[in-house]
Amino acid sequence: MAETQTLSVHTQPIQRQPKDYKSDLEPIWCPGCGDYGVLNALFKAMSQLNLDPDKTVLVSGIGCSSRLPGFVVTYGFHGVHGRVLPVATGIKLANPELTVIGVGGDGDGYSIGMGHFPHAARRNIDITYLVMNNQIYGLTKGQTSPTSSTGFQTKTTPFGNLEGAINPLQLAIISGATFVARGYSSMPNQLAKIIVEAIRHPGFALVDVFSPCVTFNKVQTYDYYKGKVYEIPETHDPTDKFAALRLAEEEEPFPIGILYRVEQPTLDEQVAMVKQQAYTENASVEQLFRRYQ
Amino acid sequence: MEGSRTDFVVRLAGESGEGVLSLGEMLTTALARLGYEVYTFRTYPAEIKGGTVLYQVRVADHLLLSYGSCVDIFVALNEEGYRENIASLRPGGTLIYDSDNVPTHDLPNHRVIPVPIGTIAKKEIGSMLTKNMVALGVILRYIGAPVEAGEQIAEQTFKRKGEEVVQKNFQALHAGYHYISQHVEPLDPLLGKVEKVNPDRLVINGNEALALGAIHGGLTFYAGYPITPATDIMEALAPVLPRFGGVVIQAEDEIAALGLVLGAAYAGQRAMTATSGPGLSLMVEQINLAAQAEIPAVIVDVQRGGASTGLPTKTSQGDLNLALYGVHNESPRVVMAPTSVEDCFYLIQHALNIAERYQLPVIVLSDQSLAHRRCTIPKPNLSLVPRWERIVPEPSTNGEYARYAITETGISPMAIPGMPGLAYTATGIEHNELSDPTYTPENLQAMKSKRFRKLQHLSEQYAEQFVRIWGEPEGADVGIIGWGSTEGVIREAIQLAEKEGVRAAALYPKMLMPLPVRVIEEFASKVKRVLVPEKNFTGEFAAYLRSQTNVRPVSYAKDTGLPFDPEEIREEIIRVARM
Ligand SMILES: Cc1ncc(C[n+]2csc(CCOP(=O)(O)OP(=O)(O)O)c2C)c(N)n1
Ligand code: SF4
Repeated sequence: MAETQTLSVHTQPIQRQPKDYKSDLEPIWCPGCGDYGVLNALFKAMSQLNLDPDKTVLVSGIGCSSRLPGFVVTYGFHGVHGRVLPVATGIKLANPELTVIGVGGDGDGYSIGMGHFPHAARRNIDITYLVMNNQIYGLTKGQTSPTSSTGFQTKTTPFGNLEGAINPLQLAIISGATFVARGYSSMPNQLAKIIVEAIRHPGFALVDVFSPCVTFNKVQTYDYYKGKVYEIPETHDPTDKFAALRLAEEEEPFPIGILYRVEQPTLDEQVAMVKQQAYTENASVEQLFRRYQ
Repeated sequence: MEGSRTDFVVRLAGESGEGVLSLGEMLTTALARLGYEVYTFRTYPAEIKGGTVLYQVRVADHLLLSYGSCVDIFVALNEEGYRENIASLRPGGTLIYDSDNVPTHDLPNHRVIPVPIGTIAKKEIGSMLTKNMVALGVILRYIGAPVEAGEQIAEQTFKRKGEEVVQKNFQALHAGYHYISQHVEPLDPLLGKVEKVNPDRLVINGNEALALGAIHGGLTFYAGYPITPATDIMEALAPVLPRFGGVVIQAEDEIAALGLVLGAAYAGQRAMTATSGPGLSLMVEQINLAAQAEIPAVIVDVQRGGASTGLPTKTSQGDLNLALYGVHNESPRVVMAPTSVEDCFYLIQHALNIAERYQLPVIVLSDQSLAHRRCTIPKPNLSLVPRWERIVPEPSTNGEYARYAITETGISPMAIPGMPGLAYTATGIEHNELSDPTYTPENLQAMKSKRFRKLQHLSEQYAEQFVRIWGEPEGADVGIIGWGSTEGVIREAIQLAEKEGVRAAALYPKMLMPLPVRVIEEFASKVKRVLVPEKNFTGEFAAYLRSQTNVRPVSYAKDTGLPFDPEEIREEIIRVARM
């Protein structure tokens, strides 16, 4: 197993800079895409935490935003559309020593991957889930998403989106997530702070980030967000579930920051406990045979 | 029954939810403990209550290869079960029926023994719950087994519920036993004596053997979603895997289950999931991901009747095409099929090994009849299948780890997160050796052939080791090529055909992808005709053989929800021999 590999290339503990996390692969995003801001905030947060790239895994699905793991020099898993959370959960359970961060888009996480989202939340698996929410499908060139507002016009909703938008923050809270926050890619310092807290948080941490798609979303643009976001004031009690739900309800202006944060046992801790209690030094299949004799 | 002979079939049928299954299991274990060989078969309705449960035990003092062709003793516990099964009782066979539930029938060709099972339970013990114990006593006495065999089982089964419950069940067992002593004319006991009881045997079913085999094969991570008839693999693993340092997770669906497995395998664990047809179809996208991103994964498919929800509790071999071709574009996978309960134990270890070494998905095709077939097997040899470890790279300092290095075998050393200096991104998108997305025609060609080379290597090195041949193919009238759970019944049918002067042999590849083409063609060239029996409707394996080899088989495809019986295969062998 991984832990038995003790050989380390870094003999001295080093303080890593944001640039140290940048891989040789150049991002393929459109100039101005909100995802650059998210990537930079992630670099900053990782450097603040001085995360060891060898012990960090970025997991993603499919979409423009899901390309992110390739741009970072950590271990990465770029899987299929919508399956970030089960994969991330498997990795964390396999090796709880790893820092596991799921990344992806709103389509990936809240549409095709929706079946997994409340389950990851209720399990309170200790991972951070960073959703670059541009309220549209970028990679497939501009279709409506489950966070698109009602009336939103796209090629697949030419008469305007007839459906209501889901509220991922509320959904996460009521599903059992223990850390729920919203960031904005144009507020990178603020976002980096949120990400730091999310990674530090033991348990399922959702960070939903407004990350404008400059190519396909002509409504939720940088201009649109001007004056429509505000930082959550210090007076908000993040352990107050109803206050958090109310905050998550607010629109225009949108609150930015940590809405909800409580501590609960995590799935990986509990699994480790079960293993510890059940583990038997000399458990053998020979023994199990007895039941069938 | 023509005098005493220790090879006969007992069939039980009764209302679902009334303990027929546990009666069958108790009878089976009792007989196995007495030293006999047992081989069971069961079907049950998809609903929890209502409908008929059928449990069949064949017992003999020699190796059993099938559940038999006809029924010698039929125990009917409800009327529906009686009506549905009475035709299968052979002339001269014995009908024992619960006269409280089944109307009296006049059957001139059978020995008929009515037993008021419910009345006995109520009057003597005061509890209808003990009905199946009364029935166990009846059967044990009728076939000539000692009552102690039943006591031992009762003790074991009910110990946890307290002494009083044990005593009640003892009483019920004896009541049934005595009823037969008093009411039935003595006849020669059916059960011959076993000379020496071999203690080194297990009485176990396919799913349980597979679960134990997986643990022995080093499984440390299991994720699954309940589906009949695969669920009891998870239920067998859940209480014990943590003892070995492993984890069992019940996922929210099959897609998540395989996602969990891929995550865990990527992070260094030996991981597996098990499902049945509908679940396998949900997993197809990620099976390709496993192949493309080169992540080990074992997926057990316990096939069931279908399509769609179909016949969830009945057997079928209808998922072969899905396993072989359930793929978008093209990606390598290994498909294997265990052929017996014993084989389940070993094959799953090979599957875990192959997934681990070759970094690809391995689909293991079992089926309901094999999964729930309880039979006696020699205690497995724990050192038969050596463990293969994952090939990992040397630690690196220059950051130039080529995760997808192009190699002769197609296998590239795979780093595990946590290993220093080797961070890379596993990806399903087409990539170069450094795992950077790359779309050039040359790269695609090179990468695809690298990934498929793994199958070629596997085929050259190992596929032939997984072939079993029964009988002498040289000059045989019929050469059977089969797959999966039908091996035993085919072997028995070959013996039956032999008695009529028709010579047949059989070949069973346990690795279906890659297919051991050379041995198959060689086998086919030695026999006069090739017959492919399988439990599906369209002859999937026969078509696959036609597409992969020069063999032109006669297909005998039959999808009834029931396993083959040796008689029908014997007839088919003779028919093909005379074609
Ligand atoms: C099973 C499956 N269905 C559909 C697609 C096509 N697809 C790729 S990305 C995507 C949506 C991307 O939107 P989002 O997750 O919001 O990410 P963005 O590109 O906006 O960052 C879709 C529908 C796919 N790759 N796989
Ligand atoms: S299409 Fe939109 S989301 Fe995708 S890279 Fe361009 S701006 Fe970003």
